[in-house]
Amino acid sequence: MDLPLSNDRTWSVDEFDSGKALAHAARQAKQRNYDQFPIIDVDSHHYELESFNEILEYMPDPVLKQLAKMANSGNSKGVGVMPGGVGYQDMGGRAIRYPLRRIEKPEPGVHRDVSLTRRWMDAMGVDIAVLFPSPMLQLGLHPQVEAEVALAFAYNRWLSERVLQEEARIRTMIYLPFNDPDASYRMVKEFAGKKGVCGFMITSVRFRPVHHNSYMKVYSAIEETGLPLAFHAGYNWGEQSMGMMNKFIAVHALGFVWYNMVHMTNWVLNALPERFPKLKVIWIESGLAWLPFLIQRLDNEYMMRSSECPGLKKLPGEYITDMFYTSQPMEIPRDMSLLESTFKCIKAESQLLYSSDYPHWDFDLPSTIYDLPFLKEKAKRDILGGNAAKLFKLDIGKDKLAKVA
Amino acid sequence: MPEVFVAKIADLPEGERKIIQSGAHDIGVFHWDGQFYAYANMCLHQGGPACEGLIMHQVEDVIGPDKTWVGQKFSDSQVNFVCPWHGYEYDLKTGECVPDRSLRLKKYKVVRRGDDIYVAI
Repeated sequence: MDLPLSNDRTWSVDEFDSGKALAHAARQAKQRNYDQFPIIDVDSHHYELESFNEILEYMPDPVLKQLAKMANSGNSKGVGVMPGGVGYQDMGGRAIRYPLRRIEKPEPGVHRDVSLTRRWMDAMGVDIAVLFPSPMLQLGLHPQVEAEVALAFAYNRWLSERVLQEEARIRTMIYLPFNDPDASYRMVKEFAGKKGVCGFMITSVRFRPVHHNSYMKVYSAIEETGLPLAFHAGYNWGEQSMGMMNKFIAVHALGFVWYNMVHMTNWVLNALPERFPKLKVIWIESGLAWLPFLIQRLDNEYMMRSSECPGLKKLPGEYITDMFYTSQPMEIPRDMSLLESTFKCIKAESQLLYSSDYPHWDFDLPSTIYDLPFLKEKAKRDILGGNAAKLFKLDIGKDKLAKVA
Repeated sequence: MPEVFVAKIADLPEGERKIIQSGAHDIGVFHWDGQFYAYANMCLHQGGPACEGLIMHQVEDVIGPDKTWVGQKFSDSQVNFVCPWHGYEYDLKTGECVPDRSLRLKKYKVVRRGDDIYVAI
């Protein structure tokens, strides 16, 4: 495969193997004795469009299925079906696994997603990975609500039958087609209790207020399952305010925080934690630095305007620190005391869940947690796996599942 | 100081790189503009294989005399190697991390002996 480089040069690469590309991660796993404790990755990804034709076999709508199959054939892979568009996650191929993934070969007889996922999990020392889609993170922007619903059902059924059934180390939080509350409710009912399902997930990039009455039955249904609800962040360069930005770094840095800030603010100020006291909520892939900001901002204004939020029984920030957060992309500031303060602010030792986001461009290794100088060994192990095991009620036994060489 | 054989010069042509390992040393050796450079193959960020990624010329803004932004181009002279894990860029001729030049990779001395290339470790 020839990769185009600067000044019209090319680089020819013949093969790619995620395990080999992560050899340094495997070395870290051995050096840090990851074989001594479980590591649970609460946010990782695969590229569902690589299996799009398989997924479409599960599509309930025959007309949309035909449209999608045609769109996915020939030279127009997926164009016309999935929203999205401009974006440079691969940094012009600098994150080399993006272009080279196309030539990576799975183990014979093993589903590609299972094989490639196990490869990076073993290299990093990850025992259990919660797997999410990639392009579908923007499916909430689909202009046809019925298309989001149909694609979501097809994807979830395919993931359940083809991936989760095959590998117990891979789990997911089920994608909810949130633009349709009734369909989201049906999704919860269909997938609660199925193998590998450890929660439900709303992609944050969308324009639906989470406090709308039509969602209350969805939250009730999830609360009854005892499984958590997660909001997975994303970006949307098509939004008007983001349209003022000319750099992907800007859209990514702000976008991945913005939508979760909106939903979190609505979630708390409308007292949903009081209405669903047993519903555990996880906020995924916004990093951590936004939390001290939002806590301070809302607490300060709430003291003056509490009449607008009569459902609250404590400060907004106190609800926020009762919720759960995945770690990636964890900001590493020049002044590490800022990060230490953030950990203290969000009660990280019990509320923080390690996540890699692998294979996306800004993934974090377990060492981003393990090497923090201000954490004791127990806190490191809790964040890397213990907190998630408790939250998801995972019984993963005593044996290390990842092959730490 | 012990030396480790890298390659015959003919086997490491201009524009190429070779990764060698000797004991605890994991080293990337580059051949660029007629010179050889060697650095620790360990990114300062999360420990990725810094020397194994793309070799890319520095991206530069083109600013007009009236200070307007005219466009972008690749540098004619400065070239970086890029950690394939997360994109940290290192100046190929100094090993400095481009966005913060106070950070730099460990540099190894390259020795040319006849047709052979060695690094001193």
